[in-house]
Amino acid sequence: MYVAVKGGEKAIASAHKLLAEQRRGDTDVPELTIEQIKQQMSLAVDRVMTEGSVYDRDLAALAIKQASGDLVEAIFLLRAYRNTLPRLATANPIDTGSMTIRRRISSTYKDLPGGQLLGPTYDYTHRLLDFDLEDGGAVTPPADTAPADHDAVVPRVADVLNAEGLIEQEIQPEGDPDGSDVTREPMTFPADRDVRLQNLARGDEGFLLALGYSTQRGYGRNHPFAGEIRMGDVAVEILPEELGFPVEIGEITLTECEMVNQFTGSETSPPQFTRGYGLAFGGSERKAMSMALVDRALRAADLGEETEAPAQDEEFVLYHSDNVEAQGFVQHLKLPHYVDFQSELELVRKLRAAHPTAHPAAAE
Amino acid sequence: MTPLRSSRSRRGYNFAYLDEHTKRMIRRSLLKAVAVPGYQVPFASREMPLPFGWGTGGIQVTASVLGPDDVLKVIDQGADDTTNAVSIRAFFARTTSVRTTEKTAEATVIQTRHRIPETPLTEGQILIYQVPIPEPLRWLEPREAETRKMHALEEYGTMHVQLYEDIAKYGHISTSYDYPVIVNGRYLMRPSPIPKFDNPKMHRNPALQLFGAGREKRIYAVPPYTDVKSLDFEDHPFEIQQWEENCEICGADDTFLDEIVTDDQGGRMYVCSDSDYCAGRCAAVGEIPSEAAE
Repeated sequence: MYVAVKGGEKAIASAHKLLAEQRRGDTDVPELTIEQIKQQMSLAVDRVMTEGSVYDRDLAALAIKQASGDLVEAIFLLRAYRNTLPRLATANPIDTGSMTIRRRISSTYKDLPGGQLLGPTYDYTHRLLDFDLEDGGAVTPPADTAPADHDAVVPRVADVLNAEGLIEQEIQPEGDPDGSDVTREPMTFPADRDVRLQNLARGDEGFLLALGYSTQRGYGRNHPFAGEIRMGDVAVEILPEELGFPVEIGEITLTECEMVNQFTGSETSPPQFTRGYGLAFGGSERKAMSMALVDRALRAADLGEETEAPAQDEEFVLYHSDNVEAQGFVQHLKLPHYVDFQSELELVRKLRAAHPTAHPAAAE
Repeated sequence: MTPLRSSRSRRGYNFAYLDEHTKRMIRRSLLKAVAVPGYQVPFASREMPLPFGWGTGGIQVTASVLGPDDVLKVIDQGADDTTNAVSIRAFFARTTSVRTTEKTAEATVIQTRHRIPETPLTEGQILIYQVPIPEPLRWLEPREAETRKMHALEEYGTMHVQLYEDIAKYGHISTSYDYPVIVNGRYLMRPSPIPKFDNPKMHRNPALQLFGAGREKRIYAVPPYTDVKSLDFEDHPFEIQQWEENCEICGADDTFLDEIVTDDQGGRMYVCSDSDYCAGRCAAVGEIPSEAAE
């Protein structure tokens, strides 16, 4: 017989305990340290920082540990924490042109000022499982690299093209850097590019990857070339009003991607390449490239192109890119819906009773 | 106002989790929402430590209006003991230490998902709805830029056409929950997915009704004693669900009933979805609800 379901509170407390046990696993195995995650799962840390919108390796590693390696859950944890942090200052725009470069490639030039620098990348690894890693302990000898030249000038490829006027200029708009902040103001449509880029920077890597891929397969094709991808460290500066000069507060690692895209031109303006832009914390290169493809796709309307593909649809992309929002709403289907379902049950029964096939005689 | 501490411990959180600037921003949106009943006010919704889609809009509104002297009730599907209601109540108990209750009449603030309590609300109470999709026109027009225009122009013909198509197809309107209403004779509003059974309770309710959609970043409101009219046609007036059964626990014949499947032989029983109302009726005649169910 039915007994009213009580004890939600007890069940929740027990679920939390079970989760903690599951997270820890076999206690005979040493517990993961935050330092190990930071050092040895650095790309996971980078992704969590990027989509969590907080540059803090310790917190991101903690979130990954707490989430048992579920990165979307870790991103959520970090976002919820971020939300409680005070805003102390707004940084000056960073200058990626003065990046201390660890990796820099261009697919549009064989060689160029500053050179091509492969850096740490999975690109040319053969994806064979390395069983030497199983037991650990092996120490990799340091790589043969040219001595770092911190004074080298490594102009951005876009600037090289710009010198010839071959690519559209991006002029800092009036009022910058006080652009909008998607974490403090709700989005409105049509959205400006600063809003779009902020949204994409926080957006789910998988979602942007699929959308970017779709543009390559003909759904909003924009003829991309990886003009430049660079990864390295950039100084962050703030300008305290009372001082009147900028102060460097630290360095962050970034991956930047500039896509060089199909040209436009008209009777009044000569043909020029267009661009798409991607930026992510750490070594999140796949994310930065996907973001650049989608950024360019979303500029279709501004550039007078047709906007028929999903990746060109601003509301579609920007409303569905956030995995913290998406995972919550998808998973809320686990919550009880029996009141609404009861309403539907009642309705379907009523409709079925009135349906001619429910009363064969009446249908005659 | 408690200053934010930089400490990375739980103690570093403000009263009701949100910082005071955020609460003020939300209260400003609430004031606008009350001033323009039924109008969806965009607000800068925050990430909460609970997932989007699990009541973050309602939680942010509750956090912004809650004071230390308030008494909070949280229900989901009409009941205080559903897991998410327990979780949200525990969240506020932990971050505010306000008094919580299961009794509708005792509460000053009630956060709800999917129901309006059966016990009539009174002046001074605040009912806060968790809203998943605030836009009543969303299934007719997916684009926000378009729907905002439709609201501005009071262009609600498509909704009437939709309801009319139901009548043409089924003989009556086939929307059983989230049934659209017109607020104060102006704005089309989505009453969050409450069953249409509850729609009449919104009309000229003495309590303040606030709606929070966290993921969609919208707030709207129905001030006390405001007209709320469910859409209908002269020849097809609005009607609510009715049951042939009564509640098997308290015997009520005028409440929203949940259907409980008792075996795999088609056995069913019906009980009040509002657990507090049901328990209150049983207490009045000296019965304990769980025993009555045996």
